[in-house]
Amino acid sequence: MTAKEQPAHIQLGMTDGEYQRVIDVLGREPLAAELAMYSVMWSEHCSYKSSRTHLGRFTSEQPWVVVGPGENAGVVDLGDGWLAALRIESHNHPSFVEPYQGAATGVGGILRDIFTMGARPVGVWDPLRFGPLDEPHNRYLFEGVVSGIAGYGNAVGVPTLGGEVEFADRFAKNPLVNVMALGLLKKEQLVLSAASGVGNKAILLGNATGRDGIGGASILASASFEEGDEEKRPNVQVGDPFEEKKLIEACLDLYERGLVVAIQDLGAAGISCATSEVAGNGGMGMDVDLNRVHVREHDMTPGEILMSESQERMLAIVTPENEAEVLQLADRWEIEASTIGEVTEGPQLRVFADGELVAEVPAASLADDAPKYQRPMERPTDLDDLWADMPPTPVGENVANLLRRLLDDPALGDRSWISDQYDHMLFLNTVIEPGHNGSLMRIKGTTKGLAVSTDGDSFRTWLDPRRGAARIVFEAALNVAVTGARPYAVVDNLNFGNPENPEVMWQLSESIEGMALACDELDLPVVGGNVSLYNQTDGVDIYPAPVVGMLGFCDPMPLTPPRLDRAEEGMTIWVIGPEVENDFAGSAYDRVVNGAVRGRPTDVEGDVARRSIAAAASLAYTVPVLHDVSAGGLAVALAEIAIKSDIGFIIDGLGSAELLDETPLRVIALTPEDELTTGEPHRRIGTMTGSLLDFGDAGSISIAEARAVWANAIPRRMH
Amino acid sequence: MSIAVVVFPGTNCEHDIVHALSLVGADTDLVWHTDANLAGADGVILPGGFAHGDYLRTGAIARFSPVMSEVARLADSGVPVLGICNGFQILCEAGLLPGALVANADLKFICRPIHLRVESTDSVLTRAADVGQVLQVPLNSFEGNFVADDINRIETGDDVVLRYCDSSGDVTSSGNPNGSTNAIAGITNGARNVAGLMPHPERASEAILGSTDGMVLVESFVESVRMATV
Repeated sequence: MTAKEQPAHIQLGMTDGEYQRVIDVLGREPLAAELAMYSVMWSEHCSYKSSRTHLGRFTSEQPWVVVGPGENAGVVDLGDGWLAALRIESHNHPSFVEPYQGAATGVGGILRDIFTMGARPVGVWDPLRFGPLDEPHNRYLFEGVVSGIAGYGNAVGVPTLGGEVEFADRFAKNPLVNVMALGLLKKEQLVLSAASGVGNKAILLGNATGRDGIGGASILASASFEEGDEEKRPNVQVGDPFEEKKLIEACLDLYERGLVVAIQDLGAAGISCATSEVAGNGGMGMDVDLNRVHVREHDMTPGEILMSESQERMLAIVTPENEAEVLQLADRWEIEASTIGEVTEGPQLRVFADGELVAEVPAASLADDAPKYQRPMERPTDLDDLWADMPPTPVGENVANLLRRLLDDPALGDRSWISDQYDHMLFLNTVIEPGHNGSLMRIKGTTKGLAVSTDGDSFRTWLDPRRGAARIVFEAALNVAVTGARPYAVVDNLNFGNPENPEVMWQLSESIEGMALACDELDLPVVGGNVSLYNQTDGVDIYPAPVVGMLGFCDPMPLTPPRLDRAEEGMTIWVIGPEVENDFAGSAYDRVVNGAVRGRPTDVEGDVARRSIAAAASLAYTVPVLHDVSAGGLAVALAEIAIKSDIGFIIDGLGSAELLDETPLRVIALTPEDELTTGEPHRRIGTMTGSLLDFGDAGSISIAEARAVWANAIPRRMH
Repeated sequence: MSIAVVVFPGTNCEHDIVHALSLVGADTDLVWHTDANLAGADGVILPGGFAHGDYLRTGAIARFSPVMSEVARLADSGVPVLGICNGFQILCEAGLLPGALVANADLKFICRPIHLRVESTDSVLTRAADVGQVLQVPLNSFEGNFVADDINRIETGDDVVLRYCDSSGDVTSSGNPNGSTNAIAGITNGARNVAGLMPHPERASEAILGSTDGMVLVESFVESVRMATV
């Protein structure tokens, strides 16, 4: 049977059972436009139908949480009337089909989630996954995604402050493009997405509605890829950062003038999703007239207008008295606006076109009645073999030689090839730019600082999803702690394969458990998240790739926070934290040097994590250099300090095993004097001096050579 | 004394330059691009960003914004006018400065601190600096590669005010980040009251941002406006 001969609901990605559920909700067969709406709203991408049952494991209960999961973004309280809004999203499938626009519209979408809350977006971070850069197609995707993020983010006028990247075969046919955004607002500007007030107007602001992106969420993001799926290119939306920039300024102006009752951005499923959500959230209904929507093409069907995922659009609910002023302000900011509907008693969302009723559904049913699956789970059969195959401990190796290979790895070498393409300085808030641990931003006019780190570790989450996922939470927390910030709130992005594969569901469930356990240990609220499933191409699932976006907060912010380039001649080098425990499973050493990903990663005790994180956050106010020890162990961490500060070191009495070990929750601290004050276990391991990275018996390499290798890790592969 | 900071749709550095100007006590007004009246302005700054989305070509649409005829009138009357990054591109497109900015040599956006050498102090941008002074200031552009048909006239007229260089002040190919002709980073007009540069002095305005080297350029402009007002 060809696609054209299949029933409409199958073509729209719905199962027979889901179709029956629509009939049950409506008490009749759905009209074409109604079926279109349910197909998108009940898609995996919009409804989280496979993951919802597991997401309840996360807690968001902390006194400083203002808005938890469920709204467009999480919001936390920073004191003195300041709030921060944060959110993370994925744009994986669109970016594989069309890397530039896929990544660009990912940025645009997440920014709308932030300014929908009343916040000005002030930063973006991008966790990325690609196949190895030796393959031309992977280079094409990498280059396209990075320039898409840069092209949109720079032009829309929001700095991109960092992110992280991994390269592995499993991502070659299913790259990951995650985007986290942060916004700032004053308390009185907070806006929510619940309509109220019968007779209030629904005004569509921004871009004209066209045929782009129809079925993007349901068909593209909620199914696996097969050969030839580049044909889905017409399903990818096209971004216009200029339109979004004007929309941001217009919306912020509307909030400031108190003209908006509620607002919702248009993302997946466009008008159908936004109208049903804003009405359903407020327990109201809405009448919508599609003839009043400003469109790009005039022969669009009602279903197309409803489903269109044209970018840069918002739906504002305003009182009739304010309607004229809102339309006037839209004109002032040079954006289009049209009043497309009216809030009703409810509960029905009624959609009209040419005077005909083309859809009438209970507004809340699109969200509330979505299917929820308890999919079967199964521990992967090959896991015992993987765990039994522990990597060898590198005893007596020449670390200098190994560094030549480690620093040449594109995930370990200099990533400024990426971050130099991003405007990471706009707004004059950037205190610690990309290339250190976490980013640090000031809030002008206050003593407050915000730190952000995005972290993932696909190799360890594959080897042991629970331990791996817990470790990324701890690592992200440590990354913000070394800037002086206290870990404050988490958003998570759960990137996994096909949920109909029980092993993938097990990975998802275990990862959620690991992240939740770690967050509980650190009293960290999870204020939002995103789930991206069906990251599978030609039957190959990606490595399970949960990613955390960690917000850290400090007040007062350290005025000279630690940086990797502040080392000076004569400084003493310390390691703080737990003793090494032969941590090579999933390590950079095993992956880069031995070409293997195997073994079972070590577990982290909550108490150890809490103590190391607190010690780091405290030391950040006094020491010039503080660096967490992660991929590549002490050797790579020390090399980064030497390269960035242009000063060498001599390390006393450490062998290759200790230098490459990746036992987490350790930090390197540098002090001008030969003493360090901390309550945590610490050890002096050497001195900054000269122009050699000198590991004693484990070999030495000049800064110049190490820098050349490190700096060329990405460029030499891209040319 | 008040400096008009012109805001086009798509401009995004207006608040940053206002912040830097406030550090030296200068008064500023944000002026929307459709406001065709700059009567009260003693100086004009076109800040960075993506005016009109940079669509068609950087500055190509912005030069037709209603405010630009007023900017041209003030420039002709000797009022100090400065274009930063996108503002520089707009001034070139509007014919208030010679030359044009084309795509960077390696066709990539560049956002990082670079070094500049002051070539001439006879301009509203460099008055308070010293010839030969080396400044570390961030660059943030895709079309920052300066080209001009009449490059000899620009050079012989001493109209180059800033050149890209290495950290020790030598003009080298590795110190030239975007392929600009003769490593030109900033220029002035013949009357020396209009200047433009690609790097962002406002981004090097406080120690906590990594450098204060941009402030000598900000101060130069404010001083020029004060002198012109007296």
